Amino acid sequence: MRRFLSLGLLCALLLSISFTAQAQSDSNPPDDPAALELLEALDVRSYPAKGEAITAILQSDDERARDWLQALLDGRLQRTDDGRFVVVLDNRGRDWPVADALTNEPLGDMSRRELDRIGINNALRNQLRSAIAVVDLYSPDVERRRSSAERLLGEVDEELAEPLGELITEEEDRQVQRRLAQALAIYQVESGQLEGVEALRGSLHPRARVALSRAASGEDPVIADAASEALTSIEQNLKINRGIETLYFGLSLGSVLVLAAIGLAITFGVMGVINMAHGELIMLGAYTTWMMQQLLPGQPGLALILSIPAGFMVAALAGIAIERGVIQFLKGRPLETLLATFGISLILQQLVRTVISPLNRTVITPEWMSGSLVVNDALSLTLNRMFVLGFALVVFAGLMLIMRRTRLGLEVRAVTQNRAMARSMGIRATRVDIMTFALGSGVAGLAGVALSQLTNVGPNLGQNYIIDSFMVVVFGGVGNLWGTLVAGLSLGIINQVLEPWAGAVLAKIIVLVFIILFIQKRPRGLFPQKGRAAEG
Amino acid sequence: MTTLQRKTHPRTLGRFTTGLIAAAVMGASAHAVAQDNDPIKVGILHSLSGTMAISESTLKDTVEMLIEQQNDAGGLLGRELEAVVVDPASNWPLFAERARELLAQHEVDVVFGNWTSVSRKAVLPVFEELNGLLFYPVQYEGEESSENVFYTGAAPNQQAIPAVEYLINEVGIERFALVGTDYVYPRTTNRILEAFLKDEHGVADEDIMINYTPFGHSDWQNIVSEIRRFGEEGKPTAVVSTINGDANVPFYRELANQGIDAADIPVIAFSVGEQELSGIDTGPLVGHLAAWNYFMSVDTDANYDFIDAWIDWTGDDMAVTNDPMEAHYIGFNMWAEAVRKAGTTDVDAVKEAIIGVTVPNLSGGYAAMMPNHHITKPVLIGEVQDNGQFDIVWQTPSTVAGDAWSDYLPGSRDLIADWRAPMRCGNFNVANGSCGGSTAAEEAEAALAE
Repeated sequence: MRRFLSLGLLCALLLSISFTAQAQSDSNPPDDPAALELLEALDVRSYPAKGEAITAILQSDDERARDWLQALLDGRLQRTDDGRFVVVLDNRGRDWPVADALTNEPLGDMSRRELDRIGINNALRNQLRSAIAVVDLYSPDVERRRSSAERLLGEVDEELAEPLGELITEEEDRQVQRRLAQALAIYQVESGQLEGVEALRGSLHPRARVALSRAASGEDPVIADAASEALTSIEQNLKINRGIETLYFGLSLGSVLVLAAIGLAITFGVMGVINMAHGELIMLGAYTTWMMQQLLPGQPGLALILSIPAGFMVAALAGIAIERGVIQFLKGRPLETLLATFGISLILQQLVRTVISPLNRTVITPEWMSGSLVVNDALSLTLNRMFVLGFALVVFAGLMLIMRRTRLGLEVRAVTQNRAMARSMGIRATRVDIMTFALGSGVAGLAGVALSQLTNVGPNLGQNYIIDSFMVVVFGGVGNLWGTLVAGLSLGIINQVLEPWAGAVLAKIIVLVFIILFIQKRPRGLFPQKGRAAEG
Repeated sequence: MTTLQRKTHPRTLGRFTTGLIAAAVMGASAHAVAQDNDPIKVGILHSLSGTMAISESTLKDTVEMLIEQQNDAGGLLGRELEAVVVDPASNWPLFAERARELLAQHEVDVVFGNWTSVSRKAVLPVFEELNGLLFYPVQYEGEESSENVFYTGAAPNQQAIPAVEYLINEVGIERFALVGTDYVYPRTTNRILEAFLKDEHGVADEDIMINYTPFGHSDWQNIVSEIRRFGEEGKPTAVVSTINGDANVPFYRELANQGIDAADIPVIAFSVGEQELSGIDTGPLVGHLAAWNYFMSVDTDANYDFIDAWIDWTGDDMAVTNDPMEAHYIGFNMWAEAVRKAGTTDVDAVKEAIIGVTVPNLSGGYAAMMPNHHITKPVLIGEVQDNGQFDIVWQTPSTVAGDAWSDYLPGSRDLIADWRAPMRCGNFNVANGSCGGSTAAEEAEAALAE
């Protein structure tokens, strides 16, 4: 009886196996068992086994191999509950559109519960990248060849070295050619050939440097000498590049400080209003950017450009409201102004928290602002910061123009120098106050637009910049726009020069101590205002 | 949904004293009188405003959701649960005041709350003085065990140590950059990690780089380029990040802009979860790692049910769940189970009953409350995907019990915590066989500061 039962069980088991096999071959085209087998080998738990499966796919000469590997690399190669391999086309939200991995036929939306993804780890990711790079080496697309050559630096092995020589001579693109030659040279150095050392002379790429420094401590004296000689000149070159890099970092930090402070240089510096809500005006500008990107989905670049006037307007209007609502009643009472505007800053923060969200908002960096400008292998300048640096200079130039060349600028200067006299000359001082405060606030909004590309857009954004802003304005000399520019940039550079050896925390403290001492010596800052107005 | 309770009975204090006297006179029977059919009060002590609102406000919602679910299932001991929400506004001293308000004025039976270590340290004396119960849901630096606090987040041996072991054994990393925000959690964690790397794995001094930055640090250019150079020396390098909150976005952005990819130098983070990622454009982060005890991508039915409930509760289709939320889920169920076991919400009885209580977690296993008031957790390593979720690439074969006192620090090595009778000690020194009282903790802290 028991035997009978187990036999029956076995039959049922066998049947179910053949049944699932049937189901699988039904769901995938029956004429493609080889491809299915290749993919099935990927669906195992062990990562080394997956690695072997990837190699098998690579050697299969299947034309879909690259697409599969790319999908696997992106985590989009998944398996449905009924064993079908699919590629997820968009993995946002709860239901994802998928397409069949073998036929590319779209299969509509599927929920996460139905899909099992073929997981990979960083080791496999590295292997996949190298595998894709090898495939791409023969690609007709020059961009693919470029990134492939980039990838192969330090990854060339004996097997690849042979065809590489031929590929280099056949290659038409100079950049690819140079990179491949370097990759080959690194392999040569590593395998102890002198010609590789010669080829790597002057190369700033870290992989080349690592290969050379290993060779320099190697056993062959001829190669070791040549390598260490090549290294010395490389190290020197690197030092210069690092100097330039630090300078750039400093200028970039400085430009952020200038942007954050320059609006304050007008409201505090020129008008003398201590506006603690300045940071929140910056925050409003940043949120405007986010809002614009929400209004124009899929066009982050256009939204960012439109945010420049929008951010200015929003912050300027908020500034007018603050000026009319609070500050005008507290004229000449700095302590009360300070407290009242501090209160406004807290109100604005909590308002954003309650109305929008306490969570940070995602502001997308447009494609043309991501990444870096590669100067050479040791020096690349990040693009987003370069844009911000340029933007800061443009804003500064614009403000200078307004203050020096327009009627508004003239009136502002007149009112701040001698209010009574200006009024008796027919200038409407109250209107000038509003305009000036709106201008300063609007510029803070512009700073927010720029900062949204560098840091978090959240309710606390402004808090992080308010102290720095006051510091820059006071250090530069109250009431002097040039002072703000010079102070911001020089504080940025000092900070970045100090940071590598003092650490970020200590560097900040040293800068603050320096400013305290400086203000003791020169209370009016770098560029003190001259004339009778300054004495008052 | 928020039930901001603000009872201002002028006679509350009087009632409270009377209650105390009654309790002293009648002993345990007083509790039976107090119970009747009054709702059980559950205090929620999470910041709803200020800098920490970003992380803590979702935890308040989580506890409210759990309370509602419990009420739908018939409450506890036949009584309704009622949430008492207060807002400590990210202000550490205010945490202590609000905790006192919850315990003394609202007479809550249990409190779920706190995020930062400094806020926990601020409320600790209040909970010990008024004998309250606090469930603390966030990963922390360890070196603490209080009779009144239950630590449902990870201790360092449940997060940092397994994460580094993963890097060494699975990824083959030989050089470590320990980068953190300058406060107690990163400093303690990095000290533990440094000792662990040197003693257990023989990592040389020059292969460890330690860097601290101020809160909300936004200019990462120099540090990232330093990390890049640190990683260019030919040995596989990883960054172990204890960078807190807001500073993460500019950090990862700078990494991406300087062309550092996860395949070159992976970053493993202990404070970056699904919620933090929801504020970032995750494209450039793909492949970077995080170590937690729960990920939203965990493939279990319990987790999918939890996610569905959460999405229904928030009404936001894109709402995410994260590790501290799971910790509250576990903590809440443990407390409910202990109350059921004890048959009362009385603090001492629940404290007694909860040790050994085992409840399911969301990753398909079970969490047990240990005698040192920490719980058992699996450790998961996840890689960031471009949709803001984590792909789980590794996990410990079984759960790991939380260790209140690290084995890798001098001064804390010999300490254990055990709140069962007859030991009842949070810092028992096994070397000299005595309960150290507060001095042992201070010594450990002094050793840390040195």
